Amino acid sequence: MTSGDFDHVAVDDVSRHFGRRRAVSHVSFTARAGTILGLLGPNGAGKSTLLAMLATLLRPTSGIIRFGSLDPRADGAGLRGRIGILGHDLFLYPELTASENLAFFAGLYRRANPSVVALRALDQAGLADRAGDQVISFSRGMRQRVALERALIHEPRLALLDEPFTGLDDASAAALVRRLGLLKASGTIVILATHDLDLAEGLLDEAVFLRDGRVAAAVSRPERLRATYRDVMGG
Amino acid sequence: MFGRAVWLILRKDLMVEVRSGEIAYTTLFFAVSCILIFAFALVRDGRAPEDGAAGLLWIAIAFAGTLALGRAFERERQAETLRALLMAPAARPAVYVGKLLGIVALLAGVEAVLVPLVALLFEARALLAHPVWLAGILAAGTLGFASVGTLFAAMLIRARTRDVLLPVLLYPVIVPVMIAAVRGTAVLLQPEFDAQVAAFWLTLLATFDVVFVTLAMWTFEPVMTD
Repeated sequence: MTSGDFDHVAVDDVSRHFGRRRAVSHVSFTARAGTILGLLGPNGAGKSTLLAMLATLLRPTSGIIRFGSLDPRADGAGLRGRIGILGHDLFLYPELTASENLAFFAGLYRRANPSVVALRALDQAGLADRAGDQVISFSRGMRQRVALERALIHEPRLALLDEPFTGLDDASAAALVRRLGLLKASGTIVILATHDLDLAEGLLDEAVFLRDGRVAAAVSRPERLRATYRDVMGG
Repeated sequence: MFGRAVWLILRKDLMVEVRSGEIAYTTLFFAVSCILIFAFALVRDGRAPEDGAAGLLWIAIAFAGTLALGRAFERERQAETLRALLMAPAARPAVYVGKLLGIVALLAGVEAVLVPLVALLFEARALLAHPVWLAGILAAGTLGFASVGTLFAAMLIRARTRDVLLPVLLYPVIVPVMIAAVRGTAVLLQPEFDAQVAAFWLTLLATFDVVFVTLAMWTFEPVMTD
């Protein structure tokens, strides 16, 4: 681990309110390097808000998020350079080609030879032959694959993935599962928000079940996710 | 890294604009339409109102600039790419400066068409007699306008009524810049050009620029974090 790096993320009694609405309420959990933590819950459970706070895009109303010994207020830019996020929206410029998009973000993340890094990432996504095509011409699944490479272009320590299986066909979803396994093996902290329990089955080291912004249950090495989900959520 | 991030964002904005032409064409069309309407309304028997050209030029720049600001940030909102920019390890003011320079470059292109048009339609050929002074006043005035506009457009990106709120918030704040820009441009139209008076207005504009850009860079990170 280099300086400015971290080996765990601790969410400690974190709440986030928007006016009178409590999106996240007194949530605590810890995610460690080389593990995949799943945030599971129905729409509106607070998963995306939690991811935005973990990405330092939102400040908690109360509580604290610790990135190892790093403080997001003091280590802002350095810390952001170790976080990669794939959101609901794909953070891609539709007018630019796939390689231009990835090279732009590789440059912003200070990667040497951004164009080479971009082409390597597109190869990884199985889109090398579409590198020169504008993203606007891609299907949703192809955009999702480019967006995943954008999120991981700087080899982040913390990968935050919000519904990463959206729009993927079976082969692409299987490829993503393999990719997540590689990330885990490389020591990345992966936090994954999803309500696709079938695809998440067998993938997670920790599962945090959220309901109405609160932790309904936290399970290590979860098995039979769907049954556990039904038990926890009561439906 | 600050300069590199600014350059990457500026280059990206210009590439997107070259591909789509969306903001350049709409802004230019709007600005030229403004000037033509003013010309039809105000020019009688081939005679333009005295000293009107400077004010009309800056009205067109301000209106076109407001349109450009809205569209430039709408583009970043649609795929939430502004969040991706804010997530980058670059200093967040670099994002602001990159977007600001993109707007300034775009408005410079619009002004390159507007100035000869105003000179032609409003008998203001004197505008072109002092190109260095004119370029200085246009650059300083545009930077002052865009520095506040870029900050406000970024702040309003999540507001549902952003299209209405942007001019309502922006115009009162940029009144001093507009007054100095109009008066500075009007000096160039006088029969006897007074370099000292032009220098005064240009210095005032430069002062506004320093104050507005500094304040905007200082406040950009806190206002964009939540």
